[in-house]
Amino acid sequence: MRKIECDVAVVGAGPAGLAAAGRAKAAGAGRVLLIERDRELGGILQQCIHNGFGLHLFGEELTGPEYAYRFITENQAAGVEVLLGTMVLEVRPDRRLYAINRRDGMLEIQAGAVILAMGCRERNRGAVTIPGTRPAGIFTAGTAQRFVNMEGFMPGRRIVILGSGDIGLIMARRFAWEGAKVEGVFEIMPYSNGLTRNVVQCLHDNDIPLYLSHTVVEIHGQERVEGVTVAKVDEKLTPIPGTERRVPCDTLLLSVGLIPENELSRDANIELDPVTGGPVVSDEMETSLPGIFACGNVVHVHDLVDNVTRESWLAGEGAARLVQGRQPRGPLLNTRAGEGIRYVVPHRLHLANLKERETTLYMRVREPAEHVRIEALLDGEPILSVRERVVRPAEMVSVKIPPGSIPEGRTATELTLRVVKEGERG
Amino acid sequence: MERLKADVVIVGAGIIGTAIARELARYELEVFLVEKEADVACGSTKANTAIVHAGYDAHPGTWKARLNVRGNAVFPQICRELEVPFKQTGTLVVALKEDEVPHLYELLERGHVNGVPDLEIIGREELLCREPNVNPKAVAALWAPTGGIVNAWELAIAQAENAVENGVKLLLQQPVTRIELEDGRVRTVFTPDFAIETRFVVNAAGRYSDEVARLVGQENFRIVPRKGEYYVFDKRFGHMANCPLFPVPTAISKGILVTPTVEGNLLIGPNAQDLEDKEDLRTTPAGLKEVLTQALELMPDLPVKDAITNFAGLRAVAKPSNDFVLGPAPGVPNFINAAGIQSPGLTAAPAVAEEVRDHLQEAGLELHGKKKFNPYRKRITPFRELSREEQAKLIEQDPRYGQIVCRCETVTEAEVVQALHRPVPCTTMDGVKRRTRAGMGRCQGGFCTPRVAAILARELGLSLDEVTKKGGASKLLLGRTKDILLSEEEAEAHA
Ligand SMILES: Cc1cc2nc3c(=O)[nH]c(=O)nc-3n(C[C@H](O)[C@H](O)[C@H](O)COP(=O)(O)OP(=O)(O)OC[C@H]3O[C@@H](n4cnc5c(N)ncnc54)[C@H](O)[C@@H]3O)c2cc1C
Ligand SMILES: Cc1cc2nc3c(=O)[nH]c(=O)nc-3n(C[C@H](O)[C@H](O)[C@H](O)COP(=O)(O)OP(=O)(O)OC[C@H]3O[C@@H](n4cnc5c(N)ncnc54)[C@H](O)[C@@H]3O)c2cc1C
Repeated sequence: MRKIECDVAVVGAGPAGLAAAGRAKAAGAGRVLLIERDRELGGILQQCIHNGFGLHLFGEELTGPEYAYRFITENQAAGVEVLLGTMVLEVRPDRRLYAINRRDGMLEIQAGAVILAMGCRERNRGAVTIPGTRPAGIFTAGTAQRFVNMEGFMPGRRIVILGSGDIGLIMARRFAWEGAKVEGVFEIMPYSNGLTRNVVQCLHDNDIPLYLSHTVVEIHGQERVEGVTVAKVDEKLTPIPGTERRVPCDTLLLSVGLIPENELSRDANIELDPVTGGPVVSDEMETSLPGIFACGNVVHVHDLVDNVTRESWLAGEGAARLVQGRQPRGPLLNTRAGEGIRYVVPHRLHLANLKERETTLYMRVREPAEHVRIEALLDGEPILSVRERVVRPAEMVSVKIPPGSIPEGRTATELTLRVVKEGERG
Repeated sequence: MERLKADVVIVGAGIIGTAIARELARYELEVFLVEKEADVACGSTKANTAIVHAGYDAHPGTWKARLNVRGNAVFPQICRELEVPFKQTGTLVVALKEDEVPHLYELLERGHVNGVPDLEIIGREELLCREPNVNPKAVAALWAPTGGIVNAWELAIAQAENAVENGVKLLLQQPVTRIELEDGRVRTVFTPDFAIETRFVVNAAGRYSDEVARLVGQENFRIVPRKGEYYVFDKRFGHMANCPLFPVPTAISKGILVTPTVEGNLLIGPNAQDLEDKEDLRTTPAGLKEVLTQALELMPDLPVKDAITNFAGLRAVAKPSNDFVLGPAPGVPNFINAAGIQSPGLTAAPAVAEEVRDHLQEAGLELHGKKKFNPYRKRITPFRELSREEQAKLIEQDPRYGQIVCRCETVTEAEVVQALHRPVPCTTMDGVKRRTRAGMGRCQGGFCTPRVAAILARELGLSLDEVTKKGGASKLLLGRTKDILLSEEEAEAHA
């Protein structure tokens, strides 16, 4: 068994891991090791050959691989060490990792700090319980994307997409451009679960119908998918009898949500947030286990890579601070999801950080709304209010708390975020 | 069409056909095991509850009752010889109401008559202490310590592999379509590619055993498929039951139960619905709801949100007997049925195989023991079950152990490659799944499908778009990118 020591070990080299590793190095950590199970760096970005990445961060519309490339070259220049084709099997609370690859066999890695950046995985048919047969031709949208964009094969020629998540929308367009027939995107909710820009660019621009309040109630076909039955659903999301319709197709793509991939975190007994499915983190992006940090989709599912990068810089910075003994001290306060908000990340904030630097809180609303304010209350007292013209569950809301928003000498225990209808008083 | 000569042709490679094949492999015989699907264990054997029943259910005097207890008794040894996962967990029948308790005593009595050892009625305290997640309303339970759980398809695969290693010939993708008789005796068995001249035929065709019997003119039973639907839950919840937990049985089934699987998942089901169509393996909203509702009675805290998949299986119920159909077809002494093997058929399989052997002998087959019969079969060692040190050693020996293919079940490339090169050919995604668990975890193939498909294509010399899920038309991919665009262009050029 080969033994390695390093200051910071980063698990997963998607945009989260790439940014975290680079920032840890830049912030003065000594040996930084970036560990990736796939054959190249970049994570999910490598199969996202469409553009639209980096609009906020770089003011440019990059493709996924281009976005990743910027960080890959930067990390290389900075001296971040990389282990490719290497799967981390276990993270111990004492920051020891076990990983394997073909070349080195089993590696035991002792790190000063660990950053978890394993990303997320797609929800599958079982998770949404679609009755019917179990033929070939049922794919999650991301798996189909890998087949088309990385392997050059077509999962099918006549496609039905269940769920309007971003990957599904992007694949609808990709299949249409390949000459396949996309019969439609069926979404159980009364609103789309993807970014508005994807609904417009991927569906509208390609004449692909979006059926809201619809779901797939049965899959047909013994060997290969031969069709699906779709139906309208009522407010309780149950199919309405009599509205069933059979749609012939050879492929069903599922774009029904993503789940943070926290097998390693769970085995290490890291506290998880049941709402996000990811670790509970501080504003240093530190988990409940000291010295173990997390960032990106492993913490909560993001819709924009730019936010992933920003959040991951914090993790890199936090890990560097820890190994250098520069962690912030003093009291922490909890964030809380108030009315209309599903969750808030980070979960805990250092009062010291709040006073010194800008703090960004990421959150998702429970339901779509127009003309609202997002309010931040410190122990019940409003300290900040931001106007939003539209908020939708599919689009993450971020609220920036400028340094100095909290008066000198003030202590507090809880920061609550809530949605308030414009015109109403909170 | 190739002509072959056999002593015995076994039709169907489920748990029954493979058990018989392994049994006959002990003797100096030319045996063919003939299966219509692309792999063994594709029928009822791949979709059932996988419980090794103790044997108190069946009514005394039936084949089911006699062979269950006999089969159960030899399970530990067979699973040891074949390295098949098996746990003798014991089983519990749980009475949720006072008025169900008399039924427990009825089962206890029946079990005594059937010869089931060590049955015991336990009280509420004891039950809740052993099974803390059982509905606290429960009042008592029947404890059967000889019950257990097994990996059913792996047992069938193992039996087939062991049979093949001991000389049995396996023909896959060869449905038996015609059987030629001569003077009231079977003479030749036909499949699309082969004509097998044989001295004996064994009918182990499961749901189709009535149709195979028709091929020799036997009309006195028919098979009614009886569907059972299931949910499988994430491995994190396997610990919620320590052993199979049955409700008090109904008239037609043992009821919807909650059980750990031998691989550590939690399983609930099956319901029971009689059908016409022998291929109707659809899960249905009504069926799944029934399963969930009743299972929640037994275990109110089921992790409903963490189901990873659902599936259905079809029991082969023989009418009118409602029992196994065992023995020679009337008037065709060299055609032996092992038909209509419904539950507890998996448990009874070893005993069914012995019965069939004895029938063959009675019908004139000479049994000379093979000197070189090897009862042992080595499994594919699951990487996930090893210590870090053992894992390190394996990767040193074969670097393909250093490549994880399935992240949920921690399956390595080495295991997939091994699965593809064993005595029983494995050529499909489902075949790899059943042999290695790649694709059986919580992401249900989202991660490993492209990776397994690539290894399968490479090792078998196929193009990626020739890989199938389960043989036949079940292709995973439908061509290359640009195919459609190019063919449209071509069509335009022609126009
Ligand atoms: C299909 C798709 C389309 C998108 N489109 C856009 C878009 O147009 N614009 C935009 O701004 N954003 C888009 N996003 C969002 C954004 O790209 C993602 O949120 C972002 O990639 C998440 O980054 P991550 O690093 O957390 O996860 P990932 O990119 O998933 O990276 C995680 C990495 O960790 C590795 N890993 C996991 N476990 C282990 C382990 N145990 N050992 C070693 N390595 C491990 C994985 O192999 C992977 O490389 C899209 C996302 C997806 C999925
Ligand atoms: C829902 C359900 C739950 C069950 N639970 C349990 C349990 O917990 N414990 C237990 O002991 N038993 C259980 N059973 C019963 C057990 O699964 C069956 O008894 C057993 O699998 C039957 O095995 P078999 O080999 O007879 O049939 P199968 O596994 O169906 O095999 C028959 C084979 O014959 C092949 N075949 C058919 N026609 C032809 C042809 N013309 N030519 C060539 N091949 C052909 C088929 O393709 C198939 O592979 C359950 C069954 C079901 C359905």
